[in-house]
Amino acid sequence: MNLPLQWQLATIAAVRSETPEVKTFSLHLPDWMRHRAGQHYDLRLRAADGYEAQRSYSIASAPETEGQVQLTIEKINDGEVSSFLHEVAVVGDRIEVRGPIGGYFVWEAALGGPLLLIGGGSGVVPLMAMLRHRAAAGSRVPTRLLLSARSYDDLIYREELDALAADGSGFEVFYTLTRSQPSDWHGYSRRIDAAMLATVAGPLGRTPLCYICGPTLLVEAAANGLAEIGVPANRIRTERFGPSGS
Amino acid sequence: METEADDVNRAMMLDGNAVAGRFAALFGAEMTTSLTECASCGQDHMMGALLAFTHAPGVVLRCPSCEAVMIKLVETPRGVYLDARGAAFVRIAR
Amino acid sequence: MANEFVTRGFVGKRQASSATKTQRIPPGQHEVKDFPVLSAGPTPRVALDRWSFTIEGFVREKVSWNWDEFLKLPAQQFTVDIHCVTTWSKLDTRWTGVSVDTLLEHVELDPRAAFVTAYTFEGYTTNMPLPDILNGRAFVAYEYDGLPLAAAHGGPVRLVVPHLYFWKSAKWVTGLRLMDKDRSGFWESAGYNNHGDPWKEERYTGD
Ligand SMILES: Cc1cc2nc3c(=O)[nH]c(=O)nc-3n(C[C@H](O)[C@H](O)[C@H](O)COP(=O)(O)OP(=O)(O)OC[C@H]3O[C@@H](n4cnc5c(N)ncnc54)[C@H](O)[C@@H]3O)c2cc1C
Ligand SMILES: [Zn+2]
Repeated sequence: MNLPLQWQLATIAAVRSETPEVKTFSLHLPDWMRHRAGQHYDLRLRAADGYEAQRSYSIASAPETEGQVQLTIEKINDGEVSSFLHEVAVVGDRIEVRGPIGGYFVWEAALGGPLLLIGGGSGVVPLMAMLRHRAAAGSRVPTRLLLSARSYDDLIYREELDALAADGSGFEVFYTLTRSQPSDWHGYSRRIDAAMLATVAGPLGRTPLCYICGPTLLVEAAANGLAEIGVPANRIRTERFGPSGS
Repeated sequence: METEADDVNRAMMLDGNAVAGRFAALFGAEMTTSLTECASCGQDHMMGALLAFTHAPGVVLRCPSCEAVMIKLVETPRGVYLDARGAAFVRIAR
Repeated sequence: MANEFVTRGFVGKRQASSATKTQRIPPGQHEVKDFPVLSAGPTPRVALDRWSFTIEGFVREKVSWNWDEFLKLPAQQFTVDIHCVTTWSKLDTRWTGVSVDTLLEHVELDPRAAFVTAYTFEGYTTNMPLPDILNGRAFVAYEYDGLPLAAAHGGPVRLVVPHLYFWKSAKWVTGLRLMDKDRSGFWESAGYNNHGDPWKEERYTGD
């Protein structure tokens, strides 16, 4: 890509509810370009008087899904852009976007593994793109996902993740629910800490390739935890989403 | 007394990757995997790994090793200001 | 083309102000009720027993106060409107602090002093013409809305210069340096205006 990044008008083709607070928007792009799993789009809203708001959203879909991109967006209380998308935007509306963007927080099958993915809340979105790409590319790289959410109903993509974990390709998923747990819960029920990371990362050896994404303070905690259990800094990549959800 | 955990300023911190769009639009190239060196402590990092503060009049990128300001970016109606005096170099890939 | 595209149904989080208040909102600004935190770095943690405030530069003799001494200086209450260059304004903010006039009574200014740079604990700087901080137009605050100023908002003390855009109101301020020449600060050297009057919309260099 050598042209400066251009804005284009995407059309909302479909909206699907993932959890009570999270929706996936499928966007049709006039100039679709194949992305790399982990990349994001910038999205810009403009009011009639010229007031603008711009935010970044990770691509949820696999690069193999052509012609469209899916963005999975959590509604933040009082959030300017996320509440607009949840409450006002409907199928057929047009939204300005530019992308795909970024090269730092990217995983491709060719990078290998073993792969340790750590997500908090909507931070699972770019990790999901990596997992979808891994499946589409037929990769069998040993992979573990540790996903933190407030409650069982807040686990985004749970059914798809459970299905991927059952397909025998070497992918395992671990959940931790920090606020409330179902009565028969067998997963973790606390914030991510070094002990949890040691247990989940253990079987992947000393130098897994790690991607951490979610609210800034969760990413900080997980990155510090990985350092504590001896994962080298050059194997850890982070994507901080900001204060939302913490 | 507030603790580090409830530091709003730290909670708003992002990665250099979060401003990848602005840099790509400016340089016409993906910049987050470009190498840059902190002028204060001498550590090298990828642009995407810098600490990014965007809830501000401009974008401030800091060194993840020592937190010194490396790069400031301000977009004005008449031009874009790039203050990189905190970076010993930025390598733009070709 | 796409440049002028308007998003259907988008107005933003901005609130409309009442007619009497509208006159107090400078051009290009909108009123907010909360107090947004603007952030160019992590909050510095300043130990009060090591804290001091200094006036230096083009003065006959520089002066410093430690925390206890600073609290003994005559304080005043200020109720002012503040305007952030990122386009929000907040009306009737209540502060307690020491007027810059009071601080300057403790030094003898060099007649060449014409500008001031406020500097802070973690290296931020901002510059202003000297008259802009005189005659009750600027103060160094340690209470906001009746409570000690939160670290995220610049505590233990921040400069407040309400008639200029709020980036001039340096958080975590630890001193004023009097200068004979104007010297651009942290944002001023990166495209922001050296003066920054919100009523004249002096946002950027050249405005
Ligand atoms: C690279 C990247 C990828 C992302 N991908 C996704 C994704 O896939 N899905 C997703 O849901 N989100 C994603 N995000 C987060 C997203 O960009 C927005 O930050 C999020 O949607 C909130 O935006 P908003 O306009 O709704 O809320 P805002 O109006 O921006 O507010 C968000 C929250 O932050 C607080 N806040 C904001 N500004 C301030 C301030 N100045 N002072 C104090 N508090 C403040 C608000 O109170 C609120 O709680 C991503 C972020 C980045 C950087
Ligand atoms: Zn450094």
